[in-house]
Amino acid sequence: MKILKPAKAGTLESNDISIMLMPGTNGIELELESIVEKQFGTEIRTLIENSLKELGVENAMIKAIDKGALDYTIKARIETAVTRAGEM
Amino acid sequence: MLRRSMLFMPGNNPGMLQTAEVFGSDSVILDLEDAVSLGEKDAARILIKGALKTFNYGTTEVVIRINPFSTPYALEDIDVMARLKPNAILLPKATPEDMKQLDEMLTKIEKEEGFEEGVIRIHALVETTYGVETVYETIQMSNRVDSVCLGGEDLSVDLGVARTKDSEELFYARTKIVNACKALKIDAIDTPFTDTNDEAGLLADTIHAKKLGFTGKLSINPRQINTIHKVYSPTAAEISWANRVMYAKDEAEKEGLGVFSLDGKMIDAPVISRAMNTLNAARVIGLIK
Repeated sequence: MKILKPAKAGTLESNDISIMLMPGTNGIELELESIVEKQFGTEIRTLIENSLKELGVENAMIKAIDKGALDYTIKARIETAVTRAGEM
Repeated sequence: MLRRSMLFMPGNNPGMLQTAEVFGSDSVILDLEDAVSLGEKDAARILIKGALKTFNYGTTEVVIRINPFSTPYALEDIDVMARLKPNAILLPKATPEDMKQLDEMLTKIEKEEGFEEGVIRIHALVETTYGVETVYETIQMSNRVDSVCLGGEDLSVDLGVARTKDSEELFYARTKIVNACKALKIDAIDTPFTDTNDEAGLLADTIHAKKLGFTGKLSINPRQINTIHKVYSPTAAEISWANRVMYAKDEAEKEGLGVFSLDGKMIDAPVISRAMNTLNAARVIGLIK
């Protein structure tokens, strides 16, 4: 799965996460901002990276702003952004 | 199942999807239609898919409102959602033609997925003048139809009349829908009361609809659930009356009587049936054992 164009998914509302995905050439480059960074920052990063891997994305730049999203929301927003950014 | 309240939840709102069950409605309707903007239909489908795979909604009926067949979204809504095996699909702007198409698509998907045929049920949302006139045929188009729900807002637009608080403009649609539902032995679910700050108005509207024969009500706000349940749950007096009817029936049977009286009123099969329904409903919601 190749990221062909920039795409966004999610919102900045409570319990959601905003994902901005852009084409990249240097693996997964993730920038995360989260209201629960101290408690769950590492887990969220791992979840985002694993979700991209499952979708076959090898190169992308991602900016994620998390407002307390549960795992199912993070995975759903990543899938939406990836679908919008290229062809599955 | 008892279907006193059916609560709409926006399909693209993670917080609402993860708390949908806690408000205590008998059904939750995860909405892909009006509550989701045109550019977010794809995101809502994916989010609902994740929610259904993650959360256990317990005994709450999970219903998905798809987009109407007149939009470019309906076919994909059905293809994605039906494979998740929700309890039911809510078909907006229901007509006999659309009901037939939905039933055929569900049958095909159930075969492909190895689901039991007919396991995914349908609720028909009647909200056009054509839909009201053809409601009986719409129900007959599929064995999956468990209820007809009235959508009063869209219907009043189609009628070209103002939507009023006393809902006088919906009288014909309400009675026609109730009659079709009773004739075909399915639930009749009334339109939502849209002023969420008017609890007295909600109570009066719900009582009025119950008197017309409705068995439950759509809801657009969790705060409305308690009021709706109060109206559609059997009262202590109704349960007591039903118990006395059943006791009198047993006594009459011992004496070989087909028809008997209680408090000076004749009791026959329809009255006994009403008493049994009251006791069944009371049992389901835990008012009696």
